[in-house]
Amino acid sequence: MGHIFRDAGIKKEVIDIMEKEEVKKIKEWMNTEEYKEKNFNRQAIVINPERACQPLGAVLCAVGFENTMSFVHGSHGCVAYYRNNLSRHFREPLAAVSTSLTEDGAVFGGQANAFEGFKNAADLYKPKMFAISTTCMSEIIGDDLGSIVANAREKGRLAEDILAPYANTPSFVGSQLEGYDNMLNAIIEGIAKKPEAGMEKTDVINIIPGFDTTLGNINEIKRILKIFGAKFLVLADYSNTLDYPLNGEYKMYPEGATKLEDVKTCANNKATIALQRYSTKKTVATLSEKLGQDARVVKSPIGINYTDDFLMTVSEISRLEIPKELEDERGKAIDCMTDAQQYIHGKKFAVFGDPDLLVGLVSYLLEMGGIPKYVLCSNGNEEFKKEIEDLFENYSASEGEVYIDKDLWHLRSLLMTDKADMLIGPSHGKFAARDAGIPHIRVGYPIFDRVNIHRYPLYGYTGVINLTTWIVNKFLDILDDTSDDAHFELLR
Amino acid sequence: MAVDFKEKEVLIEEVISVYSERAKKNRKEHIGVNSRETCGSCVAKSNIKSLPGVMTPRGCAYAGSKGVVWGPVKDVINISHGPIGCGHYSWGTRRNLANGETAVESFVPFQFTTDFKERDIVFGGDKKLEQAIKELHELFPTAKGIVIESECPIGLIGDDIEAVAKKMTDETGIPVIPVRCEGFRGVSQSLGHHIANDSIRDFVVGTGKIDESKKTPYDVAILGDYNIGGDVWSSMKIFKEMGLNVVAHWSGDGSIEEMKITHGVNYLLLHCYRSMNYIATHFEEKFGIPWVEYNFFGHTKIKESIRKIAKLFDGNIQEKAENVIKSYEPKMQQIIDKYRPRLEGKKVMMLVGGLRPRHIVGAYEDLGMKVVATAYEFAHSDDYERTTKELEDGSIIADDMNEYELVELANRLKPDLVASGIKEKYVFQKMGIPFRQMHSWDYSGPYHGYDGFEIFARDMDLAINSPAWKLVKPRWKK
Repeated sequence: MGHIFRDAGIKKEVIDIMEKEEVKKIKEWMNTEEYKEKNFNRQAIVINPERACQPLGAVLCAVGFENTMSFVHGSHGCVAYYRNNLSRHFREPLAAVSTSLTEDGAVFGGQANAFEGFKNAADLYKPKMFAISTTCMSEIIGDDLGSIVANAREKGRLAEDILAPYANTPSFVGSQLEGYDNMLNAIIEGIAKKPEAGMEKTDVINIIPGFDTTLGNINEIKRILKIFGAKFLVLADYSNTLDYPLNGEYKMYPEGATKLEDVKTCANNKATIALQRYSTKKTVATLSEKLGQDARVVKSPIGINYTDDFLMTVSEISRLEIPKELEDERGKAIDCMTDAQQYIHGKKFAVFGDPDLLVGLVSYLLEMGGIPKYVLCSNGNEEFKKEIEDLFENYSASEGEVYIDKDLWHLRSLLMTDKADMLIGPSHGKFAARDAGIPHIRVGYPIFDRVNIHRYPLYGYTGVINLTTWIVNKFLDILDDTSDDAHFELLR
Repeated sequence: MAVDFKEKEVLIEEVISVYSERAKKNRKEHIGVNSRETCGSCVAKSNIKSLPGVMTPRGCAYAGSKGVVWGPVKDVINISHGPIGCGHYSWGTRRNLANGETAVESFVPFQFTTDFKERDIVFGGDKKLEQAIKELHELFPTAKGIVIESECPIGLIGDDIEAVAKKMTDETGIPVIPVRCEGFRGVSQSLGHHIANDSIRDFVVGTGKIDESKKTPYDVAILGDYNIGGDVWSSMKIFKEMGLNVVAHWSGDGSIEEMKITHGVNYLLLHCYRSMNYIATHFEEKFGIPWVEYNFFGHTKIKESIRKIAKLFDGNIQEKAENVIKSYEPKMQQIIDKYRPRLEGKKVMMLVGGLRPRHIVGAYEDLGMKVVATAYEFAHSDDYERTTKELEDGSIIADDMNEYELVELANRLKPDLVASGIKEKYVFQKMGIPFRQMHSWDYSGPYHGYDGFEIFARDMDLAINSPAWKLVKPRWKK
């Protein structure tokens, strides 16, 4: 749309404009091994990292609970940023408030703002729960959320009937994954009751999706569990709140989020399955160590093997047999894979994004005979690296390289010196893909430049079909676009 | 028809009735009914703190400095100095288009950050910053400057970025500019604009050598156009046709090299008054260069602005200006003939930053539309003085309007279009009200200039008259 004047043709004669040849020379130098080495040697500057900060994860987590308002203790600029970014990805409204801290907050502390904030937000938004998180500012000035909440209760500034779990989510530690985990942990720890000794467990399985912005994944997991006939409770279920029907009514708290009553009793459920490892560590530890849950972490169910793992875990916990319907779905997914595998086998992929998603994607690509040449994670740790290396070993994928704490400028150097055939990851990868002249399939967070991708599951056997469809058809589109007349064939 | 002010005041009372007495008293001062007779600050108070716990649309000083003023300057590297988030969220989200080879001539699409960790908070980040600048200078040797955009922690932990900047300027030979735009400063983006303007004043303005032999009497600079979707380019086209020589454009598709020689121009043409009046005033005081505000939204205002600017110059330019106006008349008439019948009488509510809530009014009126309420995120009293004259009596004017008030107002005013930002977009679309993002032009644009008006008109029409809106209610419920 619209960009009709890329250049109005006006040259400014008064400034020395670099000669085209010189520009080209420098850009070519940026594609060399020498530059790559310099680039990989840097210690301090970070360039295009695919990683956000903790409070964003906390805000996303809060959206998954019934009538819950995110209450961020910090400057309102931070909250504007989280709301902007999440709204751009989901193309949905997203409510959150801050305590609007300013300079005097830095001097006197933020308690007065928090008190006023509780009152105003309660008047306007009538929440059942404030999910309270912090920012770098409130962390550095040393505000103690516990005493702020207690003082507010005592002084009548925070009504007793509004729940107020709080989490420290400093932006200078970890990423959005830890923020999600800290908030979810605070909500469960703050609300869930420890089951009394001898109390019988329910049949319900708790499902923790983790920081997952592919809403289709959550819906797919629910669909699978319904086919199983298993009872389940999704903890932090924003699959509806961030995708509710347009019918002429704006709802600040759309239905479908996790009910607070259900959170209270969640520790009494049969078991918990977390679908991500790196955004649920604290929560899983709380559930198993403090609340006596059988809390398990599975690999994100992407690809056949990890989906199988998930089904077997559900079957084991629920003592329900894996239904024929799902086995049939599996068979259809395998059918789709074998029909299309020739277009992926031997192709080299560069993948980047959040760690759990990468583990799943790499597993899927290996199942298809693809080569995950570069696996790059801006928020992964050694444990993640080991997971990827184990996968490489299992498939004898000696060409695979895994990078943690690296950014997309590193990725560009990798791609420019030794190309891959396709890039898979969030929207920010488009610049590196363009420079390398390779296609880019969008998955993960954030996706700002394509519509509706987040509605399609990557999980389950359905996810296998989606991924295969996108990847293979993208290759085939390129084949068609670049074929001469003779090779522009009907059959592919 | 006489305007019923009372009716509007009652409506405002209703909207704010939900607040506590204390909050109500505060918000009441920020919302008023327009009358061209009264002063702007009498209608709405401004540039004061937002209420905690209320969903203000406002951003922070960092957003104003990095996101608005410095971010579009293409030949400098902007370092988001501090933790990871701020740089991530402001990465490529403002649509400041820039010509030039990325990573050599333009650094606009990048996210550079010192990515503070706990140890940097505890031990300070000056050493890391110094190292980061050295690395950047080595990896991007063509960058013409490095701008350090402070995030909240910098001011709280007492880092001395000024000392680092000075040392690194000497070492690298390019300007390294410290900007104290920590997010907790001030009440909104607005102070960030001011702080960024001051840093340009202190480190950039007047530092370039003017080549007298290349000067012409028609040298001008554009201030306050950020080239959203190509706005600068469609504006420059007009200036060029008028016979003016645009030496610099601040800061959309702009460069620090242009900023350095801007003191050589004869006039400054200021589009966004809110974000760049500070530097304009500095040029006037220090170099005696006059500045003039203009408005390139909509046929009527463009025409007025062309004449206003041409008056500053000789008969030659004035004649060309009239020719420009004449040459676009048929096209403008065509646009109005095409879209006005489809948009006549449609009601608009706006909530944007510090300029557009008044500047775009004329463009809507050219299409026969009526702005029934207009609100700013971060305007000051001088903006409100300029606003009352642009709007009809009885329109509602509001400051720092939050989502609750905006929704309640929409429920009562029943607009056909809401024009605001990404945070508001989906709220109103859920209500079944057509919406256009007026910060980013909703990924379209340009909206400035003659070429922009055609796109603006098309976009308002496609939003309001999309057949999809008629499908919101199922047939079995009609």
